[in-house]
Amino acid sequence: MTEFLAQGGYAAFVWPAYGVSVAGLVVAAVIVWRSYAKAKAHLAALETRRP
Amino acid sequence: MIALLSRDMRLAFRAGGGAMLALAFFASVAALVPLGIGPDLRLLARIAGGVLWIAAVLAGLLSLDRLFQADYEDGSLDLIALSPLPLEAVSFAKIVAHWLTTGLPLTLLSPVLALMYGVPVRGFLPLIASLLIGTPAVSAIGAVGASLTLSIRRGGLILPLIVLPLLAPAVIFGAGAVIGALDNLPNGALPLLAAFSFAALLLSPFAVAAAVRLNLGS
Amino acid sequence: MFAYANPKRFMDLSGPFVPWLATAAAILLVVGLYLAFTAPPDYQQGDTVRIMFIHVPAAWTAMMAYALMAFSAAIGLINRHPLADAAAKTAAPLGALFTALALVTGSLWGKPMWGAWWVWDARLTSFLLLLFLYLGYIALWNAIEDETRAARATAILAIVGAVNLPIIEFSVEWWSTLHQGESILRKGGPLIAPVFLWPLAAMALGYTLLFFTLWIVRIRTEILNRRLRALQMGAA
Repeated sequence: MTEFLAQGGYAAFVWPAYGVSVAGLVVAAVIVWRSYAKAKAHLAALETRRP
Repeated sequence: MIALLSRDMRLAFRAGGGAMLALAFFASVAALVPLGIGPDLRLLARIAGGVLWIAAVLAGLLSLDRLFQADYEDGSLDLIALSPLPLEAVSFAKIVAHWLTTGLPLTLLSPVLALMYGVPVRGFLPLIASLLIGTPAVSAIGAVGASLTLSIRRGGLILPLIVLPLLAPAVIFGAGAVIGALDNLPNGALPLLAAFSFAALLLSPFAVAAAVRLNLGS
Repeated sequence: MFAYANPKRFMDLSGPFVPWLATAAAILLVVGLYLAFTAPPDYQQGDTVRIMFIHVPAAWTAMMAYALMAFSAAIGLINRHPLADAAAKTAAPLGALFTALALVTGSLWGKPMWGAWWVWDARLTSFLLLLFLYLGYIALWNAIEDETRAARATAILAIVGAVNLPIIEFSVEWWSTLHQGESILRKGGPLIAPVFLWPLAAMALGYTLLFFTLWIVRIRTEILNRRLRALQMGAA
């Protein structure tokens, strides 16, 4: 396990690289999804308000 | 078209027109760099091509907004667009006028600055040639940016942001021509630069005309 | 293709499609990550070769995104198509993100390999310029108030950028050999060993599908927001 974490001594490069990538993509996905949900909810609210 | 060209040039040389301003800006940037880097002439001679090219691009950008802004604001651009001359030809004329009042004067001043940077004699002709051949591309591609950002008030920094990446090849080949001469290693930079300028001059008027049309609302 | 061009049609068709796309992307990424970390270390680059599995896919996706963006913009401009405009507009921030990821991972790969956090090599420099092209495009969209005008102006910019991009890459490559001589530093090394190919393929495909998932959801959001704006203006 420590060998895995150490990544042959390159841990300081490999893990941040993966970390930034995963974080960036996850944050993007969350933002994209929430914008969509918000727009959908907003629209539904407006459309039900109209008789 | 000649009438339009001479009109633009007269406007440019009038006070507040910006032609002398671009030249002064060019010289200012060139004067400022050694203050930041140090007076080591060996270093300055080496970077002169790049520095002068960057200064030329920035000076060209600075004077781009007067290409269309004044005419747009006082309505003359609408009138120009209605004239029998195709908008593409008008755009080309404006690009040429801009070059004659920015790129060309700057090219003529460059030997003086090269001297101040300690550029060896063999670098002079490539520098002048690269600026002469390459600054039309700066005017052409800059005009595309200027016409796209025509209607944006306080457009400010958006013009350079759009235009600078597109001008990378000009800077690369322009400065590359000088380096090649300094190192006595011919690298084909000038023909590449010429091809780039030629393509830019040929294609830009179409993009500029399209951008002017959409901003005039037609 | 123009059958899908109707926004309502697009919404109906894409709706059920998205969950499948997202699931496929997730599976590929998980598999890719597993393969990436079970591959043996490269004899030259050691474990840093694993960064390739997230750097190269990010770079490919960034380039693909720009092509899709420029293509959509052109269609929007020529055919006056609001859906194509929306497609171009929504692709840009995603493309910029993948470009940024390519730059950061490239830098982290470069430091142990070449000793510097940033190297002005052809690929990284080209990508830096690509990032600026994306940022300029996004800035122009935000700077022009009228939506239709913004769509047309940014379309012209995207097309000019797309034409210029190969020239920029060529000039950067030329510049790179000029200053580093013929010994072009290649990150790949003995790249196409099969044991590296599978993780790379899985991650590349996963990244691509993830891009398409996010892109389609963003287009859907844009369509909804347009309806919202129309309703709000109608009510005003």
